[in-house]
Amino acid sequence: MDFPILSLMHLFPLLAGLCYLFLPSDNKPLLRWGAFGITLIPFLFSFSLLKHFNSQNPGFQFVEKMPWIPAIRVEYFLGVDGLSLTMVFLTTLLVPLAVLASFSIEKNIKTYMFLFLLLETGTLGVFLALNFFHFFLFWEMGLIPMFFLIKIWGSEDRDAAAFKFFLYTLFGSVMMLLAFQVLFLATKTFDFTELVILSRSGLLKVSLLFWAKRVGLPFTPEVMTTIAFFLISVAFAIKVPIWPFHTWLPDAHTQAPTAGSMILAGLLLKMGVYGFLRISLPLFPDVVRTFAPFLAILALASILFGAFAAMAQTDLKRMIAYSSVNHMGYCMLGIFAVSASGGLEAKASALNGVLLQMFNHGITSAALFFMVGVLYDRAHTRDLSRFGGLRKIMPIFAGLMGISAFSSLGLPGLNGFVSEFLIFRGSFSLMTPLTLLATIGLLVTAIYLLSMLQLLFHGPLGEYASFSDVTGREIAVAAPLIFFMFFVGIHPSPLIELTNEAVVHLLKVFS
Amino acid sequence: MNILTLIFWTSLLGAAVIFCLKPDAQRSIKRVAATTGLICLFLSLVAFLGYDLRMGGMQFLLKRPWIPQLGISLHVGADGISLPLVLLTGFILYTGVLISYNVNDRPKEFFCLFLILVTGVFGVFVSMDLFLLFVFYELAVLPMYLLIGVWGSTRKEYGAMKLTLYLLVGSALVFIGMLALYFASGLNTFDLIALSQVDFPLPFQKTVFPLLFIGFAVLGGLWPLHTWSPVGHVAAPTSVSMLHAGVLMKLGAYSCFRVAVMLLPEGARFWLPAIAVLATVNIVYGAMVAMVQRDFKFVIGYSSVSHMGFVLLGLASMDTVGVSGAVLQMFSHGIMTGLFFAIVGRMVYDRTHTRDLEELGGLSKPLPFAGFAFIMGGLASMGLPGLSGFIAELQILIGVWNRYPLLAALTGLGIVVTAAYILRVLHKVFYGQMSTKIHHFEPITPLEKLAGIILIVNLVLIGLFPSVMVTMIYVSVAPLIRGLFG
Repeated sequence: MDFPILSLMHLFPLLAGLCYLFLPSDNKPLLRWGAFGITLIPFLFSFSLLKHFNSQNPGFQFVEKMPWIPAIRVEYFLGVDGLSLTMVFLTTLLVPLAVLASFSIEKNIKTYMFLFLLLETGTLGVFLALNFFHFFLFWEMGLIPMFFLIKIWGSEDRDAAAFKFFLYTLFGSVMMLLAFQVLFLATKTFDFTELVILSRSGLLKVSLLFWAKRVGLPFTPEVMTTIAFFLISVAFAIKVPIWPFHTWLPDAHTQAPTAGSMILAGLLLKMGVYGFLRISLPLFPDVVRTFAPFLAILALASILFGAFAAMAQTDLKRMIAYSSVNHMGYCMLGIFAVSASGGLEAKASALNGVLLQMFNHGITSAALFFMVGVLYDRAHTRDLSRFGGLRKIMPIFAGLMGISAFSSLGLPGLNGFVSEFLIFRGSFSLMTPLTLLATIGLLVTAIYLLSMLQLLFHGPLGEYASFSDVTGREIAVAAPLIFFMFFVGIHPSPLIELTNEAVVHLLKVFS
Repeated sequence: MNILTLIFWTSLLGAAVIFCLKPDAQRSIKRVAATTGLICLFLSLVAFLGYDLRMGGMQFLLKRPWIPQLGISLHVGADGISLPLVLLTGFILYTGVLISYNVNDRPKEFFCLFLILVTGVFGVFVSMDLFLLFVFYELAVLPMYLLIGVWGSTRKEYGAMKLTLYLLVGSALVFIGMLALYFASGLNTFDLIALSQVDFPLPFQKTVFPLLFIGFAVLGGLWPLHTWSPVGHVAAPTSVSMLHAGVLMKLGAYSCFRVAVMLLPEGARFWLPAIAVLATVNIVYGAMVAMVQRDFKFVIGYSSVSHMGFVLLGLASMDTVGVSGAVLQMFSHGIMTGLFFAIVGRMVYDRTHTRDLEELGGLSKPLPFAGFAFIMGGLASMGLPGLSGFIAELQILIGVWNRYPLLAALTGLGIVVTAAYILRVLHKVFYGQMSTKIHHFEPITPLEKLAGIILIVNLVLIGLFPSVMVTMIYVSVAPLIRGLFG
């Protein structure tokens, strides 16, 4: 395909954002609608991608490739496959909604919106890049706007939270960078597709061994790949986050502005899971298989601790943040389960479930964080114990929040159920005891979400009797999210069809 | 006329013109300085773009006898290692003059010395004769004493004296090494190209290499000989700090490579692993010390020590990609630190009259441009991709992994700590609250903005399209390294 649709789609927010900076700072409606308009363009592009994407082809499509820095063999290399397409769609869907949700921001609107545009380019870049250099550029680019969104527009303890977020993520990035430098020296390529081919043919190990011999490191190829795997995966594990690397997340979420949390939970966490699928798994299948039981226990810890910690929170936003740890734990459980020995069908089910769960959690957590933000805008508190009886005065809000909470706890008919069912169905036969233990997480999630609903909406009306119900704009943010909760819950097959070929292709590394 | 000589004659001429002006003709003095800076920048850009990539090697060569009895000649030339640094000097010279437009204390002497210093810097980068290089080297170092001693701040006499003494000790070592080369070769020449073809005996190389390398590396800020550098930077006036951290430290690193490594490759092979260890200490220790400073300028001073560690580590890698990275890092760090010192010295200190991190705060509101510039410089300093620091450090580490895998892994620590101190300073200076009650700040002037933007554009341009510079460096470095280390 000659038309560079991927470049246009992912660079458009950045380029348009640079022009956006020249708009007058005092014209607030223009700034708000301008940013919204800019983010709609990539959304239209991603529709066109969905339309022209050939779901029978497991390889990369709409590929763009040209030399960038020949001295170290870096290429500008973009492409999309079943693993990334749903994430690209999710990104282009969530960013306009986040911008729409930010219309209540009054402080320094222009910079705020520009950071969102930067964030969109960064996130799309991560999902589309097929060369490590390119990938890393946008991986880090997503970090900076989020840091400033938290630092400038966050709530009380924003400084510490922003610092922690940045440093945790940067630590992971540096580890990943070091590992890729070694991979480059051994293989002379930064190209993901070439690295996967080398890994499949066993040449990756051979070249790592040669490199270790040449520089005098007394390591076997197994040790080398293990070190490389863990260095790279720590970056992703922090981003996902997997227990015990999750401690930055509750702080960052709690302090971030509403739309920042929507993007953080909806998209940035997915970058971690995506990294496992795109890099760790296909490059180091043997290491994953060796360590799968251990890693799956970490995933289980994320599920259980996430759920129990959420149950113990009185801060509404912290509760949703911990529930993200819990939900991302299911993704990781699915990923590590597929490396155990077992049938292809179970594995495909689990991995399709993982991809669908990424999409679903993106939708649901964005909705939940938005709802919390709506409440916070009115009450200026997130303390759960101070609310009560809101259903009477905010019936529409209660409905929207209820649907989102039920989607999160996995009620059949809504999206969360489908993906969690697929993951459990797959992992049950692959890792039975762990899967059984993980179901406790489902139960706890149901308990705390239901008690949250009860505290918010039932009982006597608390101190906030004068609240107005959701506005038209707020419904406009929630409606598309609610639509996708029902759509995926009732008719998930279009999404699974998109991912299935890529999943089956990926699973070949374990056969 | 040869363009390289034209560059340093221009800056010398500028100094001479200023010397002839009346001391109270402030505006004309500054105009002459700025015009000289702009012409030098233009000429270095012409030289940079005029380099023939296909031909490679030394270009723009010119050789005139000077003191033929001793085999000293006016021999200049430039390759892909010198030209980025000449260009860097042009940028720092011009932006430095723009930043010091507010110098009202004896501007005549100030700009005169400033331009003489720059003449020395340009001269070193294009010298092909060891003696000529040494003359220019001293010419660059000595005016520094006066510039700091007279126009400096914060213990300026101490800083100036410490700096000069350290650098003079370094020069003495270099001088001995230089004479040793001259006599040992028996060719009656100081010509670098002729000397590089001499095969010095191994024991000689092992003894003389440390003299030359360490002598120059003092100026490059090699640990533990770096202590003059933060003190000197803090004491120096803004544009001198810019020039000093931005260009002069590169002079040391450049000469280390051009003289010590290229003339004595066997000595280099023997000593460089030890140098690599010291350079790694530079990186990690420099970053950690920067983390605990209370003085804004000291943070930047120690960050220079840390970043120069990457340059020296790259040079010590004896690898084409690593050395190319070191050259690019010299350019990148020069621009970045020039920007930092412009922010600390001119944009912040001249307005707040304090550099204490505990007193500063909340400056992103009154001085948004300074905040933006600091963020860009800080991101480049952390080595975030898309800015010039990343691509330089990436190349250096790729080179270092091949030779010293353990040290390469250790630098990761330095990178993380760098991020931590940049964020710390960003928070303390540009966010939070100002403790003293200064309500009115003079806004950032257009000249300061122009200087800042020139530097920021460089960071982004090299970050996104590094090939503009990397190809040229690579073409020149690759044959040299192949010749030296096989």
